[in-house]
Amino acid sequence: MQPLKGWFRKPEEGRCDPAPSRLKYRLQRWMLTPGIRFGLRFGVPFCLVFAAGAAYLADEGRRDTLQAMVNDARAAIQERPEFMVNVMAVDGAGTSVAQDIREVVPVDFPVSSFDLDLEQIRDVITGLDPVKTASVRIRPGGILQVDVEERQPALIWRSREGLALLDENGIHVAELGRRSLHPDLPLIAGKGAAKHAAEALRLFAAAKPLGPRLRGLVRVGERRWDVVLDRKQRIMLPAGNPVRALERVLAVSEVQDLLERDVAAVDVRLAGRPTVRMTENSVENWWRIRQLNGGGQ
Amino acid sequence: MGAGSNMTDLYQSQRAMRQMRRQAMQRGVVAILDVGSSKIACLVLRFDGTGRLSEDGSIGALAGQSGFRVIGAATTRSRGVQFGEITAMQETERAIRTAVQAAQKMAEVRVDHVIACFSGANPRSYGLDAKLDLEGQVVSEHEVAQVLASCEVPEYGAGREVLHAQPVNFALDNRSGLGDPRGQMGQTLAVDMHMLTVDAIAVQNLVRCIQRCDLELAGIASSAYASGFSALVEDEQELGAACIDMGGGTTSISIFMKKHMIYADAVRLGGDHITSDISMGLGVPLANAERIKTFNGGVHATGADDREIIDIGGDTGDWEHDRRTVSRAELIGIMRPRVEEILEEVRARLDAAGFECLPSQQIVLTGGSSQIMGLDGLASRILGQQVRLGRPLRVHGLPQSATGPGFASAVGLCLFAAHPQDEWWDFEMPAGRHPAGTLGRAVRWFRDNW
Repeated sequence: MQPLKGWFRKPEEGRCDPAPSRLKYRLQRWMLTPGIRFGLRFGVPFCLVFAAGAAYLADEGRRDTLQAMVNDARAAIQERPEFMVNVMAVDGAGTSVAQDIREVVPVDFPVSSFDLDLEQIRDVITGLDPVKTASVRIRPGGILQVDVEERQPALIWRSREGLALLDENGIHVAELGRRSLHPDLPLIAGKGAAKHAAEALRLFAAAKPLGPRLRGLVRVGERRWDVVLDRKQRIMLPAGNPVRALERVLAVSEVQDLLERDVAAVDVRLAGRPTVRMTENSVENWWRIRQLNGGGQ
Repeated sequence: MGAGSNMTDLYQSQRAMRQMRRQAMQRGVVAILDVGSSKIACLVLRFDGTGRLSEDGSIGALAGQSGFRVIGAATTRSRGVQFGEITAMQETERAIRTAVQAAQKMAEVRVDHVIACFSGANPRSYGLDAKLDLEGQVVSEHEVAQVLASCEVPEYGAGREVLHAQPVNFALDNRSGLGDPRGQMGQTLAVDMHMLTVDAIAVQNLVRCIQRCDLELAGIASSAYASGFSALVEDEQELGAACIDMGGGTTSISIFMKKHMIYADAVRLGGDHITSDISMGLGVPLANAERIKTFNGGVHATGADDREIIDIGGDTGDWEHDRRTVSRAELIGIMRPRVEEILEEVRARLDAAGFECLPSQQIVLTGGSSQIMGLDGLASRILGQQVRLGRPLRVHGLPQSATGPGFASAVGLCLFAAHPQDEWWDFEMPAGRHPAGTLGRAVRWFRDNW
């Protein structure tokens, strides 16, 4: 019989048993488990590094030092001359607009390009009335380049507050002191006229044949247009499709010299019933002529 | 009803093992453990998907066994195993641990499931048959299960356990030799089943040993079956052949026919007996005797062998004693009677099994002891003309050191792990055979009587 109490026996010389102990066997199996292997390879180093980092940063002073160090390094890079912006160049804007832009952009040069919020600057510039679009970029050489496209005034709007310049979409461009500053621009008036600037422009285009006789357009009741000519003549246009109505009036006028006659108003508000109002003077003349002709018969 | 409940237990435990095997397949890693009397071999298999057949339906490369790969292999000297049975559990457990640890180390993967085979424990074969009246319906899996369950189980004795129970043949009416009767029509379905029983104690010891190594048993097989599976080529399995696995402690015999094992037996004689004969005859330690047998052994003495002198050595310190020599003819004179005895015992078992009635008389010798020089000549004198030495099938990744005939049962077990043949417990047991609880029995009684 072999000795039963094997663990008291010393391994025989030269023939040691290759069998692993139960503990060793279990340990090896444990180490071959995929989760454990992954944990040992990645989890343990990660935990160690994390613990070391946490222990180092537990102290307030060290944290501040580290923060200051980071800030210094950051500032050192940002304030390098390569990144500094020294001047602002505004292109495409008139003098006064450029002046305005320089006023509204709150930047004290020189400034690091990291501190410039170009998006916000652009929004501020676009917020100005005379500016249609703006692009802001930093040009090599430390220049803040602002390219502006100004709004082109297309209309003058006379209201109770005074004269204002509007662009083709009816957006306010600038105040106007005197009409004579922009004698070439057509004039509109009336409440709510600015909102229909595009229509007004189409009407002005249609009213080209009237030439210098045209004084302007008046918005009536925030609903429809009156064309005002000299000699206090008016063409009262309908709310719907006014351009066509105006063209019809002009066609009639061309054939029958309607507007050259002494009429006070041509009313085409109802397309089926155009009406002509004569001036008081001409009515009296007409009556007189009828009396002369046939005694009122 | 003792046998009946025993069968149900067995059914449950075998199904549990099959379940374990399925889990192992999902994990993709399973270990093969061949617990032999002279060595314990452990192979670690990795399954990468099922082995597919080639497009034309024929068996592809590597006999269709390309679904797995051996990623770890280790062998260790067996301790505490005699005649293929565990006699010293602690020692065997240590040996199993050694083998498993080394194989795991090579595979770099942890193995939880193990499929084991052993050769001893007095295997005994039984042929079972049963008939089922089909009443004209199509044979489905349910009918197959029913006919299998209705097999008359012989009294195989207390303390024995069924290791394999495989349906080997189906017959529908007068047509026999059906491999798969499912989907066919007929009046009666008959089945022939081969059942292999072994000593329950030996199985329990092995199970216990494996559990003590923190491993789950996913299958257990007779090594006679496993080595036949790997050492017989396909034709031999189909036409009928006997595989003789000459191991250290036992010589297992398995007879295959139509790709099924139809008989298995074991002779409790093996290479260790030859070694101990040499040891006694020459008066040398067992280790020396083993070495002498391995390097100089043989079974046919020629004139040259009289002149070939072998140092049999020794390390007693006595010069005369340590310089003893023996001629090879003497060594052969010691070995030959024992080899003849083994082969004659095998012959007797084959005769008892009715091997001469098979259409093919092919005999394949494998196992570690089949490497004795000249064995095939001697075996053909005793066993019949058609004897060849068999080596196991080649499988993916098997190291060169594990391709010898001694690994036939380990390799066969790999194939068994990858593609197990249908056993009785792979079919659902019909409802009537389930052990119902008290309530179920009451309900059944009620239903039967009203």
